[in-house]
Amino acid sequence: MGDSETSGMDPVVAVQGLTKRYGVQTALDSVTLSLDRNERLAVLGPNGAGKTTLIAVLATLARPEAGRLRVMGFDSVSEPNEVRRRIGVIAHGSYLYEELSARENLQFFGRLYGVQDLEARVETLLKLVDIYPRRHEPIANLSRGMQQRVALARAFVHDPDVLLLDEPDTGLDQAHLTLLASLVQGRAIPARTVILTTHNLERALELCSRVAVLAQGRLVYQAASAALDRAALHDAYHRLAGAAP
Amino acid sequence: MKLTLQQVLAIVQKDFTVEMRARDLLVLMLTFAVLSLVIFYLALDLWGPVVQQVGPGLMWLTITFAAMLGMGRTFVREHEQGTLPGLLLAPIDRGALFIGKLVANLLFLFIMEAVTLPMFALLFNLPVLRPSVLLITVLGTLGLAILGTMFSAMAAHSRAREALLPLLLLPTTVPIIIGAVQATSNAISGAADGPPWLGLLIAFDVIFLTLAYLLFEHAIEG
Repeated sequence: MGDSETSGMDPVVAVQGLTKRYGVQTALDSVTLSLDRNERLAVLGPNGAGKTTLIAVLATLARPEAGRLRVMGFDSVSEPNEVRRRIGVIAHGSYLYEELSARENLQFFGRLYGVQDLEARVETLLKLVDIYPRRHEPIANLSRGMQQRVALARAFVHDPDVLLLDEPDTGLDQAHLTLLASLVQGRAIPARTVILTTHNLERALELCSRVAVLAQGRLVYQAASAALDRAALHDAYHRLAGAAP
Repeated sequence: MKLTLQQVLAIVQKDFTVEMRARDLLVLMLTFAVLSLVIFYLALDLWGPVVQQVGPGLMWLTITFAAMLGMGRTFVREHEQGTLPGLLLAPIDRGALFIGKLVANLLFLFIMEAVTLPMFALLFNLPVLRPSVLLITVLGTLGLAILGTMFSAMAAHSRAREALLPLLLLPTTVPIIIGAVQATSNAISGAADGPPWLGLLIAFDVIFLTLAYLLFEHAIEG
């Protein structure tokens, strides 16, 4: 994707007062955050804090009742397809068709995104996530961890500027957690802006340059990882999120 | 425009490949259609002019119910496999997504009809393979597929999706079933007078295709 949409000063992701309700339940309550180019934010929170809803709203899969989201300067309500073109999402589900092979899945999603030189891109990604030898097997035949690696490749197929990762480490073994870290941190591929949700405080500190805590739909804490003392983050997390230490 | 066409073709090709490997939708529709025709043939003692009067109705009942069974799977399968968000994440106009799903559904319905119509002609000795009847079948099937695709997307969000689709589809397809039955009856008997049933089918297809294209975003995003 091109870099021309935003000037160096504009945030890549700008969220202002985002509110999402499901019936009487408020899942997100006036969430405001901003991320610059190549910044990596980990959103921590207990179950039900609103992490998945935050990713769904940022991914344009759920419409907020109030607030505004801009990605690379494009508004998520008036220009949703421009936003979608610039984000890659990994969620709880792999979004993969189990009757199709890893290669066919990536080809399908690549065609939806209008990826140029698709065959070469698919081959590169299959090798990157270490699925290449089993690229012709149906997804249903692959293990949960392998499917998650194909889902990683799917999220990267259109070379997005922004990555939204909802607990992306689910089902990955140690070797592929290292792969995930290298993708998120921009070592295996060019760096990009990342928003990642996790329960794991250590992983959040390891992967991201900033950490935020979401509790009952509200963003109650934000700090740069480098400035954080781990014990202080643990204390703050358990106090703010209301989880047992 | 080129990208939109590429996206539509990608969806059609994907749905076709998935169906050829899963074989649940086509097998379901074909089994139902063939069984229905056999039951009609054995249970109803139809002969002579009675066949000409009742035959078109039986043919369209079979097509409608078989289509209902199959089209219900279009979005239910996406929903059950958890692949729908992946489609919705793509930068594709929801209208183009609708067209892709509609074309895939039409393809499956035409395959079902390619088996059902010759069998119907054989069992009931009616000339349903003549060009005028085939044109009516294409127009009627298009109408069924438009509504089926639209309502399948709406029903996919509901827990009672299997029951909801027939409840939504049956009342709205009444004009198309009546139009298709009457037009088929006229085409078989060679009658040229009466209301312009073919015109009704064309008008129905154009109006509902336009409405579905414009409203699909609200149906699919719930």
